[in-house]
Amino acid sequence: MKHIKFFLIGILFGIVMSKGEIISWYRIYEMFKFQSFHMYGIIGSAVTIGLVVMFLFKKKTLKSFEGNEIRISPKKKGLYRNLFGGILFGLGWALAGACPGPMFVLVGKGVLAILVVIFGATLGAFFYGVSKDKLPH
Amino acid sequence: MDFIMQPWAWFVAGPVIALVMFLMYYFGERFGVSSNLETFCTIGGAGKFTDYFKVDWKQNSWNLIFVLGAIVGGFISANWLTPTNEVVLNPQTVKDLADIGIQNAGSTYLPSEIFSIETMLSLKGFIVLLVAGVLVGFGARWAGGCTSGHAIVGLSNLELPSLIAVIGFFIGGLIMTWLILPLIF
Repeated sequence: MKHIKFFLIGILFGIVMSKGEIISWYRIYEMFKFQSFHMYGIIGSAVTIGLVVMFLFKKKTLKSFEGNEIRISPKKKGLYRNLFGGILFGLGWALAGACPGPMFVLVGKGVLAILVVIFGATLGAFFYGVSKDKLPH
Repeated sequence: MDFIMQPWAWFVAGPVIALVMFLMYYFGERFGVSSNLETFCTIGGAGKFTDYFKVDWKQNSWNLIFVLGAIVGGFISANWLTPTNEVVLNPQTVKDLADIGIQNAGSTYLPSEIFSIETMLSLKGFIVLLVAGVLVGFGARWAGGCTSGHAIVGLSNLELPSLIAVIGFFIGGLIMTWLILPLIF
């Protein structure tokens, strides 16, 4: 029951992904063709507000629900992991027209075929886990 | 109510995503969807193959609950908040898609050439869906994040690794959209 708040935030996330048409394959295609401002506006405005939020976390102006300081764990450094991993991700993103968040939202929309994509993504995470020691990072 | 029922403009959707991110941290967790894929592996017994998946997945159950909420949110939107399935696209986009073999672009959220049941049950269609997924899952875990963790959180936090990853997302996305997609359909 203590996780019910994350369930509710998830519902909000699912609704904004749907209503903002971010779950539409066409919106991703359009973005990579530079034929619409929509996705750039969404990511740009989210990051702009995010910059302010992160700044206020660091200044401790904004604290957690329990009154603690909010710390963001840094991303792992490394040119190869971020660049090569990013490129593979981008290839898949433009093909599926969905990144991991929207994939789950599409399940709720009743798109059966997205289950194959989610299965593939899980398989991809598994392949990474078993081959990570051989990959450059 | 009319405002809710219309498609949400970017200046509504973007701030709501920032709000979702804020709420996740406010309640003591983080915002990142693709790590759930590793949790699926752990639950599925991948720990037998490598120690990488030998983790206590229950510590990440909050994120699985978030994903469950996202599914329910998608269901609510599709059934009660979206009167039309039409996506209004740039006419040039519709024409470009027709040229590469995807018809009626924007009449629904997704092209039937990729997501219809018939396509899914064909060998080529199934492979396209599976390969797309594998690329997303492998790439996201190699890079250590997806659009949420890198593009939204990482860029907001001025992280160089996230900037590199997002540049990678675009290199891959542009190659797929401009060079590979025209060959598939």
